[in-house]
Amino acid sequence: MSLTRRRFLGWMGAAGAGTLVGRQAEAAANVHFTGYPDSFAVLHDITLCVGCRSCEAACNTVNELPPPNRPFKDLTVLDQHRRTTSKTYTVVNRFQPASQAPKSIFVKKQCNHCLEPACASACFVRAFKKSPEGAVTYDPTVCVGCRYCMVACPFEIPAYEYEKALDPKVMKCTMCHPRVKNGQLPGCVQACPKEALTFGKRKDILNIARERIHKYPQRYIDHIYGESEMGGTSWLYLSSVPFSQIGMREDLGTTPAPELTSGALGAVPIVVGLWPVLLTGIYAITQRKEKVSAEEQRLAVSQAVEHARQSAELDMVRAMEKAEKDKETAIKQAVKKAMDEAVKAQQEVKA
Amino acid sequence: MSDEKSLSVNKALTPFNMVAGIILLIGMVITILRFTGGLAAVSNLTDDNPWGIWIGFDLLCGVALAAGGYVTSAAVYIFGLKRYHSAVRPAILTGFLGYALVVFALHYDVGRPWRLPYPFIVQQGTTSLLFEVGACVALYLTVLFIEFTPAVMEWLGLKRARTIVVRLTMLLTIFGVVLSTLHQSSLGALYLIAPSKLHPLWYSTYLPVYFFVSSIIAGLSMVLFESTLSHHYFSHKMDKTHLAEADNVTLGFGKAASLVLAGYFTIKIIGIAIADNWHYLTTGYGAWFLLELLGFVALPCLMYAVGVRDRNVKLIRWTAGWTILGIVLNRLNISLIAFNWQLPSSQRYVPHWMEIMVSVFIVTIGILIFRFIVTRMPIMYEHPDYHSH
Repeated sequence: MSLTRRRFLGWMGAAGAGTLVGRQAEAAANVHFTGYPDSFAVLHDITLCVGCRSCEAACNTVNELPPPNRPFKDLTVLDQHRRTTSKTYTVVNRFQPASQAPKSIFVKKQCNHCLEPACASACFVRAFKKSPEGAVTYDPTVCVGCRYCMVACPFEIPAYEYEKALDPKVMKCTMCHPRVKNGQLPGCVQACPKEALTFGKRKDILNIARERIHKYPQRYIDHIYGESEMGGTSWLYLSSVPFSQIGMREDLGTTPAPELTSGALGAVPIVVGLWPVLLTGIYAITQRKEKVSAEEQRLAVSQAVEHARQSAELDMVRAMEKAEKDKETAIKQAVKKAMDEAVKAQQEVKA
Repeated sequence: MSDEKSLSVNKALTPFNMVAGIILLIGMVITILRFTGGLAAVSNLTDDNPWGIWIGFDLLCGVALAAGGYVTSAAVYIFGLKRYHSAVRPAILTGFLGYALVVFALHYDVGRPWRLPYPFIVQQGTTSLLFEVGACVALYLTVLFIEFTPAVMEWLGLKRARTIVVRLTMLLTIFGVVLSTLHQSSLGALYLIAPSKLHPLWYSTYLPVYFFVSSIIAGLSMVLFESTLSHHYFSHKMDKTHLAEADNVTLGFGKAASLVLAGYFTIKIIGIAIADNWHYLTTGYGAWFLLELLGFVALPCLMYAVGVRDRNVKLIRWTAGWTILGIVLNRLNISLIAFNWQLPSSQRYVPHWMEIMVSVFIVTIGILIFRFIVTRMPIMYEHPDYHSH
């Protein structure tokens, strides 16, 4: 198989078509999104939470989740350091940091509704969407159930209905998106008796949080959790102790999740564009090398044959010459012999 | 007549076949449990550990170990190493079966397997690395299938169809290398989104590069390993060319594997240096990491090199097996062992025995299909009616 111009052009055409496929990924890799301007957010002032679990109960009712194993009035579960599950979108846990002993600190946990959600970036059917209102919503009608969203979420929020055989779904807090769109408050915010939860525009919520820190510097540590964690979230937290002491990770960084994979996605068109060219080039070089070596071999063979022919010819000429000489000598000898015999015969006759 | 029948029954009842039969039976029972009781009925997967060995072993290891197809066909058709030609068909077959089984295994893992085509036909999540993996695996499975069809067509005597496919060899090979580069690397890139969950010694922005380079190592080693087994069990199916080229293939692939392992070792070290992760090496996870890096990368690199220098085919074959273990260890480290390393041990994942059985079940199916094909189709010998292309 040799590389004709036509074939080469054909391959280049295929490579070009491949690059077009890759373009979408590259575009996605370069988008920088800073959050919807008028989106909503919730401020969880951890210092105000008393661990009554009213928010848990309200969440359960509003989202029509199955009844819990133990009633919401049972406060002993607070010590279990629970996580969200497919049956509970939000949980409150109790912490007792050494610096605050014997005081308990209660922390509510639910989906943080990232500005640039890891789950949405990871989903290969776009089942997750960041809505302009701030909620990260989930569409169970397209979900394949690969659970990559759960791998991707840095806050370990999405849960899965493992016990369902035919229609398992990913379950997580919806920030009460349908209620918010109707002008209502999220269930948990409405239920909180201590105003530990405040709902509003994210801009305003951030200002409220800053103001509280400014007004009560002794009460709060100077950090609004969620302002920039993983690129920022729609749930924001204020605390009196470092967040790492109350089960919230402080090592997540400020890079939005999609940026973590944008480099790898950006490499797609490069691979698709460069590999075929490079590989075709290598193939062409190998082919040429083989052709050259075949040519060289042919040349060497023909040279050897020529050489052999010439030397054979020379041998032939020599042999012929020798044969001629031999023949002459033989004739001479025969003639001489005949002469000798003739002379002998004459002498015998004379005698 | 009845004597003949009982003879053939006796012949089928080899210990291997009986064990395989039992595994298939158990596998089918678990399959029923899985699709009636959900994932909870057969697995230890939890909300903290959404991916178990069906992803860590079946998907990550399966795809890496099926890399022999693209590595061998690239070596022979693109880099012109024609003396390894007899290795191409077994490698393509192993690759094709490997990928087919990976896709099969995914049907157990994902919640609604009948929706697997959704990312292509309903909504495309192009920002997801998993989309890239899915698209490339689907396309590459097709490529491998086409690359494999000449053997089937020779078996069935479809000469004209075979000629058409053989003409496409070069295009398919290039397409295969592009697709393999993309999905092998993006399997590693899947974990780029979870820096907070994967231990820093394994997490690296180079993960895609590591996965791609180690897939070449896995591919080369799998060709060696698979040929060792085939020589043991199917040598009667091999023709003179195959047998004569076998040692050449072993030496050549061993040499290549040694070189690529050396490169892989270097970039792993560079990865630690760039992230300045040296201090983790003195921890428990550091010891585990060093075991992987020294015992399963540096050591096989050296053993391959010694094997090639001494023309010691046996050593090379043993090293191939060792290297494959190393690849499996690496993939399991990233997906399970060093993943969620910060969680308390009570929340960590240990596979359920039924999860392991499903993986064994799938590997067994692969071996049975491989045996069915090589005992019937021209894989390890050239069909007398066709000369090599």
